[in-house]
Amino acid sequence: MSTLEIKNLQVAVSTDEGMKQILRGVDLTIKSGETHAIMGPNGSGKSTLAYSIAGHPKYTVTGGSVLLDGVDVLEMRVDERAKAGLFLAMQYPVEVPGVSVSNFLRTAATAIRGEAPKVRTWVGEVKEAMASLNMDPAFAERNVNEGFSGGEKKRHEILQMELLKPKIAILDETDSGLDVDALRIVSEGVNRVKESHDIGIMLITHYTRILRYIKPDFVHVFAAGRIVEEGGAELADKLEEKGYAEYVTA
Amino acid sequence: MSLNSNLLESHTPTSREELWRFTPLAKLRGLHDLDVSLSSRVSLGAGVEHSGLSISIVDAADAPSNSETNDLVSMRVRELSTKVLKVEVDKNCEIAVPIFLTRTVESLDPEVSRTVIHLGANSRATIVVENTGSITLAEEIIITLDAGSTLNFVSLQEWENDAVHLGHHHAIIGKDASFISTVITLGGSLVRLLPTVEYAGPGSSAELSGIYFATSGQHMEHRIHVDHNLPHAKSRVNYKGALSGDKARTVWFGDVFIHANAEGTDTYEVNRNLLLSDGARADSVPNLEIETGEIVGAGHASTTGRFDDEQLFYLESRGIPANIARQLVIRGFFLEIVAKLGLPEIEERIMLRIEDELEKASA
Ligand SMILES: Nc1ncnc2c1ncn2[C@@H]1O[C@H](COP(=O)(O)OP(=O)(O)O)[C@@H](O)[C@H]1O
Ligand SMILES: [Mg+2]
Repeated sequence: MSTLEIKNLQVAVSTDEGMKQILRGVDLTIKSGETHAIMGPNGSGKSTLAYSIAGHPKYTVTGGSVLLDGVDVLEMRVDERAKAGLFLAMQYPVEVPGVSVSNFLRTAATAIRGEAPKVRTWVGEVKEAMASLNMDPAFAERNVNEGFSGGEKKRHEILQMELLKPKIAILDETDSGLDVDALRIVSEGVNRVKESHDIGIMLITHYTRILRYIKPDFVHVFAAGRIVEEGGAELADKLEEKGYAEYVTA
Repeated sequence: MSLNSNLLESHTPTSREELWRFTPLAKLRGLHDLDVSLSSRVSLGAGVEHSGLSISIVDAADAPSNSETNDLVSMRVRELSTKVLKVEVDKNCEIAVPIFLTRTVESLDPEVSRTVIHLGANSRATIVVENTGSITLAEEIIITLDAGSTLNFVSLQEWENDAVHLGHHHAIIGKDASFISTVITLGGSLVRLLPTVEYAGPGSSAELSGIYFATSGQHMEHRIHVDHNLPHAKSRVNYKGALSGDKARTVWFGDVFIHANAEGTDTYEVNRNLLLSDGARADSVPNLEIETGEIVGAGHASTTGRFDDEQLFYLESRGIPANIARQLVIRGFFLEIVAKLGLPEIEERIMLRIEDELEKASA
């Protein structure tokens, strides 16, 4: 049983015109087995929240705290956060030329698990996970995200989640750029990992579409750097109908 | 500026000359200096035997230069070399095993060495020049590829850190012949190499790749010259370098010259440099001169930059510690070229040396 506690989180980013405040006091608690949808208009700070928790150097925490099972996440290096059990499926996964997917996955698994996975079981594990995400095995020999289509990048993110088995996963617009079939396959992957490992999920999305496949326990509306409304799955239906207009003007 | 023109009077180069202005002449131990005497020694040797392959040492008179040069040091090498290493592959002969030409070293006294390599028509071979140890060397390697032949040529500079190496590798590529050259410079105090090519028939192609990794105080200079002197020839140039540490210095020139008669030329050159620390300096100068519009393509690219923070963050966010993430990125950077060598044991050795240099640089 794990708990991610975000308390009054305030984050700024440095721009040419100086520091720009983006997160203005975010409070959110996610427990194992729970799925929290974070929904909000573009530019409201959703990715900033995701990146700040993962420790991207571009973002400066100006106040508040993030605790994973009571331990201060903000004090940890980026790799330590991953080892502690946090995972971020990125909105824009990064290309890493010259580093093959298989080498990358194995290096990451070795780091997270604290020992190199046994070659024989590892190969099977990767193959199986790739097959369940409908990924061509040839992907293993390609360079990380290089020349991947949008959908392939997102599958590759979920593949990593499946292999690294985090405690809490943050999925930043994993649904964007996916066609219906890919959305279904990726969502099934997320549900599979969630069920088998009882992970907690922060599902960041702009659209309600993915919520047909991944059922949220809680929905949080995000606007101008903070959560402005919270509810159950029914809140998503309201957003579907009315959009974000009332929050943006508020 | 063509290789075939502009023959210079021999003289001691100075740093006021365009071709020498980046080179710290004081570190050359006199290799360039007409007042310093250089000894002649055939310092490359081979231990292989193969039918269709002959390797011999001949008098300089029996291995005359079949190309012109405007490189002052190459002129000296030609003038002073009394014996020449001659490597010949018979026509139609395919030599499946790599031919290693290994450098022997004796002292730091400045010396010259000449090598000529000739592949007969429709032959195929891989030649690996292995440079290790300490030396003060000026050398010339002339490679002649007859029609339809293919040479995979690898020059490995795994020198000790006091070696000084000036080298000119010139290839003359016959009709439908392919010259694949990979220059790997990972050691030495000063290495200045001139990989140059000219064409002797249509359908010929040159793929010139290289990597270099300079750490504190090392000077590594590569000046590529591709002379598209006739129609329907192809060239690809791809050099990648990394620099780490105070006064690590690299210089890269890519001169591609497309003559007025060279219709159907297809050329692209790229140089990428990765700066791993402050105090290092990389110069990168691609230079494309085009005298005819009737070409298939001509392009160039050059980048010099630091680590991509987004790449490092991506790897670290998967639990990979920063130092290993950096290693992965650098390995990947060089692997693009090294993996194409087709020589697994050499690839492994090069990657280990790179990791070694990285460790030294970060220590
Ligand atoms: N590196 C940055 N430099 C300047 N502004 C930034 C930077 N990153 C994010 N922002 C700004 O912060 C706000 C929130 O961005 P983001 O977190 O990406 O929003 P979302 O993911 O909700 O679309 C936007 O106004 C965006 O322009
Ligand atoms: Mg976003």
